[in-house]
Amino acid sequence: MLSVLAASTPLLLAATGELVTERAGVLNLGVEGMMIVGAACGFGGAWLSGSIIIGALCGIVAGILMSLIFALMTLGLAVNQVATGLALTILGIGLSGLIGARFVGEKITPAPHLHIPGLSDIPLVGRILFGEDGFVYLSLALIVAVWYVLYRTRPGLILRACGDNHVSAHALGYPVLRIRMYAVMFGGACAGLAGAYLPLAYTPFFIPGMTAGRGWIALALVVFASWRPGRLVAGAYLFGAVTILQLHAQGAGLGVPSQLMSALPYLATVIVLVLISRARSGGSTAPAALGTVFVPDR
Amino acid sequence: MRKILAAVAAALLATGAGLFSASAADKLKVGFIYLGPIGDLGWTYQHDQGRLALVKELGDKIETTYLENVSEGPDSERSIEQLARAGNKLIFTTSFGYMEPTLKVAKKYPNVHFEHATGYKRDKNMSTYSGKFYEGRYIQGLIAAKMSKSGVLGYIGSFPIPEVISGINATMLAAQTINPNIKVKIIWVNTWFDPGKEADAAKALIDQGADVIMQHTDSPAAMQVAAERGKLAFGQDSEMIKFGPKTQLTSIMDNWGPYYIERVKAELDGKWKSEDTWDGLKEKMVVMAPYTNMPDDVKKLAEDTEAAIKAGTLHPFKCPIIGQDGKEVECKDGHLADGAILGMNFYVKGIDDKIPGK
Repeated sequence: MLSVLAASTPLLLAATGELVTERAGVLNLGVEGMMIVGAACGFGGAWLSGSIIIGALCGIVAGILMSLIFALMTLGLAVNQVATGLALTILGIGLSGLIGARFVGEKITPAPHLHIPGLSDIPLVGRILFGEDGFVYLSLALIVAVWYVLYRTRPGLILRACGDNHVSAHALGYPVLRIRMYAVMFGGACAGLAGAYLPLAYTPFFIPGMTAGRGWIALALVVFASWRPGRLVAGAYLFGAVTILQLHAQGAGLGVPSQLMSALPYLATVIVLVLISRARSGGSTAPAALGTVFVPDR
Repeated sequence: MRKILAAVAAALLATGAGLFSASAADKLKVGFIYLGPIGDLGWTYQHDQGRLALVKELGDKIETTYLENVSEGPDSERSIEQLARAGNKLIFTTSFGYMEPTLKVAKKYPNVHFEHATGYKRDKNMSTYSGKFYEGRYIQGLIAAKMSKSGVLGYIGSFPIPEVISGINATMLAAQTINPNIKVKIIWVNTWFDPGKEADAAKALIDQGADVIMQHTDSPAAMQVAAERGKLAFGQDSEMIKFGPKTQLTSIMDNWGPYYIERVKAELDGKWKSEDTWDGLKEKMVVMAPYTNMPDDVKKLAEDTEAAIKAGTLHPFKCPIIGQDGKEVECKDGHLADGAILGMNFYVKGIDDKIPGK
């Protein structure tokens, strides 16, 4: 049960960043690439410095640098976002192998689990509420903060305006491209941290390709959540739970077809997409300007 | 990215060889195609160790080139052809999924010799080679049954293909000779490589009472989980004791160096022939890591068993083999035929599970 939280955390972190990016109208498919570079740099930082926090910061910085490449291409040069995002993933996978080559085979002490005397020892809920590693709580705090900023503050409103109608936002005098750049950078930071979570807390070593497609699941998750923070949390824990529970079900010999269970997150996303398009009249849909290039007329 | 760099390097090497043919032309060029990065600490890493052993042995007579991260399928055909065009006379393609592409390129380049790992299709200029990993699994099964206090083994499977299934069966047949009531819990993760998922599978197995973890996936993640929880585990493909100094019992290691050296020597002598090689402990293609973290009597049992398998007096799949349905599996000459092991798609009696998709 406990591993559900840990399995969901990288998904939640990466998806939180992508949610903000997409809400600003930018589709960055390079999450996987930013994550894996974050993993390599995060591990490298922690291994060289001996500090998990420095490792996490290295992961964040690496993610931001990767996202700046994307911002330069899509916002600065108005290149197609889908193609750039895919290229970013391929670049990231290669780059992480290069950066991480000297760290392969090394290991570090993983991020410690919290232990609050008394509270952590409460049966069942104690371990879950008070006994996980710090990243788990950070990811939850982050998504709450994102929800608050997006829906309860003026900057959040402006950011959503850029995502829904960049021409109007521009006409009102908002710097659409700069706002989008910040959103892309936030997405990069989250993806970098999500990637760094893997070698820092989950499996404390680095191996090329260790994100193993989690970036793509995070992308699917944003769609699954129909761009809403609340649903994103639910979706992340659902995806995490499906992964873990199917492993337990197999071990218990329940005869679950494991291939089907592995495909379930994607299947669920497709179903949600169908539901969204059916309920177009009322339900929350994609940001209207998602994935479209904006070139301000000067 | 790195693949492209490597390809460019290969192309440069080729032109370089053309320009300065005096020295390079005398050397035999040998090419390798790898599935993963050479730093994966598993499958590809071991193949590259084999290549390095080859260079050490015959470095003055040969020149090696490798392309890593070559995905299986059409992409690999291009990469294999590239090596052939660059003047490599002997090309090793080191993953099951390269079978068809290798065959195709082999037909196009009849003067180049190809060696494909773990496949079953051959041609005049295309050999196959693989290791009898089930021999190592049998020894692991003995150790696991001796060391398990709960009587429950945890097994992490990649894909339900014959190689993996024969490994599970060999493990159980051995374990049953020690403890007839031994149980195994099997979790399929549907990937060769996903450290996070492998770790989760190991946690699930331990939560359900398994105290010896074995895996047929490539990363050391499961070993780390077992170490953290104070359980025991076996490594896979390469030495993983670094990740569990107090945890690793032994590890089945692929040892390709001697084979590569032998085949390249044959090529140098002009004696290369298309062959099907399936070697095990005896020929040292499969090597056991040192037996650690176990009492002396278990260690002795493991060593004696290893010696018996090498000597040919013990075969892991000796008759009779009883399937899950209680019926005897067709078995002649004292043990299962190679073909039956290579195509195995049933569990032996005593495994409380069924093969997914069956």
